[in-house]
Amino acid sequence: MIPAEAVEQLDEQFREIVRWHFSEETGTPFWIAWAREAGWDPVEEVRGFGDLGRFERFDGEWLKTVPHEEWVPKAFQGRPFTIFETGGTTGSPKQRIGWDDYKTDYEEFSDTLDDAAFPRGGYWLMIGPTGPRRLRLAIEHLANFRGSACYFVDLDPRWVKKLIAAGETEQARAYMEHVVDQAATILEQRSVDVLFTTPRLLEALGERVSIPEAGIKGVFCGGTTMSPQVLRFLVEEVLEGKVGLVPTYGNTLMGLAAHKPGFAEEGYSITYHAPQPRAVLRVVDPEDGEVVDYDEWGRVELTTLTRELFVPRFLERDEALRRRPCEAFPWDGVGEVRPFRGEAEGIVEGVY
Amino acid sequence: MNSPPVPIPVLRMGTEYESLEQVEVQDHADGTTLALLDQVNAGIVRRDLRGATNPLRELPIDRLLQICAEAGERFMEDELPVADGRATQAAQEYIEALSASSGLPHRLCRTNMEKIRTVLTSMEEVLRGLTRGMDLAVLDGGIGAQGGVGLCYAPTTERLGVVLPNNSPGVNSIWLPAVALKTAVVLKPGSGEPWTPLRILRALIAAGAPAGAFGYYPTDHEGAAAVLDGCGRALLFGDERTTAAWAGDPRISLHGPGRSKVVIGPDEIERWEEHLDLLVESVAANGGRSCVNTSTILVTEKGDDVAEALARRLAEIEPASPTDPEALLCAFPEHRIAEAIDASISRGTEQGARDCSLEARGTPRLTRLDGGAYLRPTVVRCDDLDHPLARTEFLFPFTSVVEVDAEALAEAVGSSLAVTALSRDRRLTDELVARGDIARLHLGPLPTTRVDWGQPHEGNLFELLYTRRALSRAQDW
Repeated sequence: MIPAEAVEQLDEQFREIVRWHFSEETGTPFWIAWAREAGWDPVEEVRGFGDLGRFERFDGEWLKTVPHEEWVPKAFQGRPFTIFETGGTTGSPKQRIGWDDYKTDYEEFSDTLDDAAFPRGGYWLMIGPTGPRRLRLAIEHLANFRGSACYFVDLDPRWVKKLIAAGETEQARAYMEHVVDQAATILEQRSVDVLFTTPRLLEALGERVSIPEAGIKGVFCGGTTMSPQVLRFLVEEVLEGKVGLVPTYGNTLMGLAAHKPGFAEEGYSITYHAPQPRAVLRVVDPEDGEVVDYDEWGRVELTTLTRELFVPRFLERDEALRRRPCEAFPWDGVGEVRPFRGEAEGIVEGVY
Repeated sequence: MNSPPVPIPVLRMGTEYESLEQVEVQDHADGTTLALLDQVNAGIVRRDLRGATNPLRELPIDRLLQICAEAGERFMEDELPVADGRATQAAQEYIEALSASSGLPHRLCRTNMEKIRTVLTSMEEVLRGLTRGMDLAVLDGGIGAQGGVGLCYAPTTERLGVVLPNNSPGVNSIWLPAVALKTAVVLKPGSGEPWTPLRILRALIAAGAPAGAFGYYPTDHEGAAAVLDGCGRALLFGDERTTAAWAGDPRISLHGPGRSKVVIGPDEIERWEEHLDLLVESVAANGGRSCVNTSTILVTEKGDDVAEALARRLAEIEPASPTDPEALLCAFPEHRIAEAIDASISRGTEQGARDCSLEARGTPRLTRLDGGAYLRPTVVRCDDLDHPLARTEFLFPFTSVVEVDAEALAEAVGSSLAVTALSRDRRLTDELVARGDIARLHLGPLPTTRVDWGQPHEGNLFELLYTRRALSRAQDW
């Protein structure tokens, strides 16, 4: 695919998803009511992705209070749904409902994985937030999709957030050790090929065991900021240059963004590309909402375009550099993602 | 200065490392980038300290004293590497860079260099002071005797972590004895003054010290915590908020604000004018940047006279070009800090304090020269010790003058790094001697800034790094 085809594909997806969520036959009660109040008919008027700006920014607060039934498209009515919660690092958690989106996202993501580092069959270990999060089901599904099974060690990021905010660094450290202990025990007793965890937990695990010697061949790492220096440290020192590392960027509303291959050659600067056309990441000026120039910093803005969920222009907690399309992903990417400066002080990342 | 920024690397226990991340070290006056200071993530610090060894332990004390002495001269004179094969710095270049980033005039840069040289070249005397004249051979064998009493000392750690401030290069003299005390050092430099600690390490290595004994980790807050956590003993310099988080950790010696004071007792107050030179030096030496600079003067009476006369004397000190051989005031590396201090003092005067300097001088406190932001020396007269300015320390020549009842003087002194007591009144001096919260006590007309290298310096580093162990040996054993 070339960038022009990606644009065409996105226009088509945008038209289809808007039609789906706003039409009386298939639509979502929340969006149908929204359109009525807004006084225009997206089904008739939307021509392509260029009309995105006609929708107001998606307000995350809606996901905290609007009844779940309001988000169920007519076509899904009567079908039980799963409730997923966000991490809760920016205040109280949001809930989104879903059916199959996470499977679609992760099955597609599976195609980007190298079989040598992420062998089919065998066992995986996820060390990270399980509980009400989409991530836990998604990782297990990804493992299963590749013929593998997955062990889990839970980490409750909300508890870590409370400990750090209260200055209880000793408790936070003890909790992290407790998590790492459990992971190390699994690695000692079981044969594991693939890890999914956060940068901090990966580093802490690497202080306890040699990750390549423990038999790990590939690692997914995501959840918090990874600067080029941290990424290089993980690759060269924690993974001893012997284990495949796949940085990931994702959340409950978007799914999973894949990284542009070859980051080591690009000074360990990571660029993520959204699973377009099901989700779109743009880097925008926080003041006027316009997309910034390439290689400029701006706020990350998410638009989700699936039959299960329509999320227009949601401002993520992060900022990033706008990056150019690449061969593997012929649409814009987001580089060197980190917490948005304006909110950085309020976000407690901690071990999660 | 139009030369390209100097690359400043990390020393990972002696091994140079180039990070993918740097912060800019800027010229305080024009914002020019003087250096690109590598930054490492905390994970690197944790990993290095877990596996670190201490090659200094193998060297005899005599050899270490030689190394220190040679390093002192090299620090003062040599062109030393900054980044191997990429950048070197001659002594004059070091002074220029230090002055440009820290705001210290060249004259004070040289004074601080001399201080560091003195500690290195007089290390034997320094150690004798710290060990109360112990035979230094005890450091080699662990066992000895002093005054007929058997001694046995064991190290408490193999590594001393030091989280350094930006205010004055002289603070580096505090950790230097660790090298002669056979303890590896792990330094986290301040982001505005990376020059001095690195130059000292380069001088020590050039003089023959094993590079593996030295870590130099420019890093963030988390990395600083990793230095403190990863070393058996540590020195932490910083404001009260920084040090508070580590209060109560017996491994860590905290170096917060000094709150140094001069006390003029009732028996000396009539002769206050004779002590004016001492007051000027105590307040203004080193541009007021040191924690041994006086920030409060306690008198039993004549507070107005003392404050006004001192203000007139200090008003003679004006900002000058950094290269002026008479320059004494330092520019503020961050202009906003100077503005914030200026505003804070103005608020204090609205709450009842008198700015005697403003009255004596007639010119504003905050001023600019050649792009640098300066605060002119300031003496405030406060009615009581509860006034917000009465016990406040700022990074420029600033002091309050407060009248206190004679019987309440010792209590009013409170926790202080250095105190000069101008009194022969035994009751007062006995009370001051009995206080455990005064680190340096000068009895008589000695400025608070006076340093005697034969005396402990901001805590006793030997006692931090060594513990005396009871040792008994059976006869003929």
